[in-house]
Amino acid sequence: MRIELERRPSHSALFSILSPFIALGLTIIAGIILFTIMDKNPIDALYSFFIEPLTEVWSLHELAIKASPLILIAVGLSVCFRSNNWNIGAEGQFIMGGVAGSAIPILFHEWNSFLVLPMMLIMGMIGGALYASIPALLKTRFNTNEILSSLMLVYVAQLALDWIVRGPWRNPEGYNFPESRSFELQAVLPELLPASGRANFGIVFAILATIVAWFMMRHMLKGFEVSVLGQSARAGRFAGFSANKMVFFAFIFSGALAGLAGISEVSGSIGRLQPVISPGYGFTAIIVAFLGRLNPLGIFAAGIILALTYLGGEAAQISIGLPDKIARVFQGFLLFFVLACDTLIHYRVRFKFTDRTSSSVEGA
Amino acid sequence: MTNLETGQDHCLLEVRGITKVFGELRANDAIDLEINSSEIHALLGENGAGKSTLVKMLFGSLEPTSGQILWKGNPVTIASPGQARALGIGMVFQHFSLFEALTVAENIALSMDQNVSIEGIAEQAAVLSREYGLPLDPHAHVADLSVGERQRIEIVRTLLQNPELIILDEPTSVLTPQEADKLFETLEKIRAEGRSVLYISHRLEEVQRICDRATVLRHGKLTGACDPRAETPASLARMMVGSDVKSVSNKGGKISDNILIEANKLSAPARTPFAVELKDIDLTVRAGEIIGIAGVAGNGQSELFDVLSGEETVASADDVRICGSSVGRLGISARRLLGAGFVPEERHGHAAVSSMSLSQNMVLARHRSDADTFLTGGPLKIIRYAAVREASERIIKEMDVRMSGVDPEAESLSGGNLQKYIVGRELDRQPSVLIVNQPTWGVDAGAASRIRQALIDLAESGSAVVVISQDLDEIFEVATSIAVINEGTLSAVEPASQMTLERIGLLMGGIHGEDTDMEASHAH
Repeated sequence: MRIELERRPSHSALFSILSPFIALGLTIIAGIILFTIMDKNPIDALYSFFIEPLTEVWSLHELAIKASPLILIAVGLSVCFRSNNWNIGAEGQFIMGGVAGSAIPILFHEWNSFLVLPMMLIMGMIGGALYASIPALLKTRFNTNEILSSLMLVYVAQLALDWIVRGPWRNPEGYNFPESRSFELQAVLPELLPASGRANFGIVFAILATIVAWFMMRHMLKGFEVSVLGQSARAGRFAGFSANKMVFFAFIFSGALAGLAGISEVSGSIGRLQPVISPGYGFTAIIVAFLGRLNPLGIFAAGIILALTYLGGEAAQISIGLPDKIARVFQGFLLFFVLACDTLIHYRVRFKFTDRTSSSVEGA
Repeated sequence: MTNLETGQDHCLLEVRGITKVFGELRANDAIDLEINSSEIHALLGENGAGKSTLVKMLFGSLEPTSGQILWKGNPVTIASPGQARALGIGMVFQHFSLFEALTVAENIALSMDQNVSIEGIAEQAAVLSREYGLPLDPHAHVADLSVGERQRIEIVRTLLQNPELIILDEPTSVLTPQEADKLFETLEKIRAEGRSVLYISHRLEEVQRICDRATVLRHGKLTGACDPRAETPASLARMMVGSDVKSVSNKGGKISDNILIEANKLSAPARTPFAVELKDIDLTVRAGEIIGIAGVAGNGQSELFDVLSGEETVASADDVRICGSSVGRLGISARRLLGAGFVPEERHGHAAVSSMSLSQNMVLARHRSDADTFLTGGPLKIIRYAAVREASERIIKEMDVRMSGVDPEAESLSGGNLQKYIVGRELDRQPSVLIVNQPTWGVDAGAASRIRQALIDLAESGSAVVVISQDLDEIFEVATSIAVINEGTLSAVEPASQMTLERIGLLMGGIHGEDTDMEASHAH
């Protein structure tokens, strides 16, 4: 017997829309099985995973804090991936954005002006963009594989951050802790609704980035250029688009958004530089980008859902003592079912039973 | 249906009501086919008629949905190419599967089911190639061989299996007329030994020349079985196309002195190890002229197209001139703004993005030249899809593009219809210069004649046209002057009325063909 995936002649528009919801349903069913095996009450577990984080206003704020870097980075990556450039180094660009933006409040901590924060954000975007243009330069100049070079630059960025907070930028009044000076008030990204929780302007940036990227991809010639070059470099050349310029555009666009996410995180949630500023946002954002099918609007929804599973994992750990690895398994379920549903929209599974006579000779 | 079987022949292969369904498409619908021993049997049909599907089922690479195959009167199931070879069916594919870095003998050894030493194979191959008049040096590296010689390897490789039926898929599509003549001699030797050949083609003259019987397919259905020699090309074409093919009228318009395309000692180095270097190409095309550039595939046609279109720029601006401007350093968009239009050879992934809609493919080629109508919003460059769709519908109507649905994806159109759209996309702009590469490659006869007529009409309206084509009939049909490209060099342009098939053939194979023949015979 053979199992084959056969391409469907046409795919259903209805199921294309339903697919993420079916996937979510299947994830919940698989979750129930998993929790039952672990001797936990599945209803309680699902409640603490999906409902509890949404019941209180402060935890909605936490959701926005977790979701906004994921969305910012993933929106940038979606444009990059659509142009067939594989930037796996958003984590490094996030870190470098954080470092570049922090230069102002750390080196000029006595400078007090309303310009400090906007300049920090711009520096953060420039830092991320410059760092992302390294793999772009290597790719266009030396034909280097950008997946490897951008990924390796993540580790360079992590070690550079580690060195800078232990070395030159260590807080002179900080009792030798590996931390920078705490940012003054003018260098801190303000909270949106300080009365109810600590969500900051990062979520506003995420919303703006989503709208801008959606508009560009949907209506602008630039977005068209991204899709054409992503699908066929030859056709792009025929259209008069430059593949090399697109490599730079894609990396700089995604690097700038990752850098903005980095400085927003450092300035808004952490308030200083420290050896580790990201729990892997740059890598999780790759999952978010694909869960959202590389569509900015889809990515916004996917970012919220993935942030929810992070918070839910923490909540379940506290309320019913579920190990935090389970949250990762749960995220894995989600990704698996989304990809499986998408595949089955375009293909059908066929079981082929071959009789002995025809399978007896298997030729070269 | 007439049965032309004569008394002494017996049926080698019989196919009864074979059907293959892909999804909702019936690629083969109840096809019957009979091949007698020692006959050359033609399988005729346009691209997409179902010839390849049928042959793949005979060679075991596809499983029929229903129907029966009989080999020497016994029903058989052919589940794999290995099984087909074991029965005695050999196949020479249109696209060769050879390793360029290996020698002829090594390539043959790779395809053998049994273990034979390379030396043994080299000897057998040398014997066979002498017997069948296929000059071939078993120790030559494939990379150094011409297309015709590579095809000989495939044929020798098939003959080594001692098959009773040899399937040849469009064998002459890559050959010069002289090389094709040699192939026909070989096929006649094969027939004389009592073997049979299934000869797939859509070239009617060839089929009439060498085939004993023909089976004609159209849209997956059998439309005729006949003796091709008793038919006229027109009647065969009718079976393939379904209606009489409209012939192209070429009145030959006035040619003015206004030079619109000029190449002066144009040279370009090879960009990859497999590309062809262009050497000192001189070309002038005047308004009203159609220059046909003939040549065997892979002699620099696509490289020439790239430097003329500006997809590749050259060192000196003066090397290429379009409408009086030196454009050697300018890209394709700038050349389009001067009034040039371009149709590349490959439809999917070059002239069009397969997964994009027709109107998006309109933006692809015309976003610069039609920026006033197609774009808005200043530097934001917002695409006005309403205007694009309007232009797209105009072309669909003008060129009679058949498709399903409104604004479908390019990949859902048949080759001919997509090509009509791509050519129409350029014609709609009334370009003063048009450069097309293989305009009717893999296109059905109806669409091909429509496209050729459109090229002639454009030239008559005062544009300069360059048609790069491997199809000599096409060149003679449309061109006012003809040149031949061979190994990156362009022969002098001569008026079409003074060119003969023989002369083109010599220029095409030219020095290249003679050279390699000599090498091969020296080797013994």
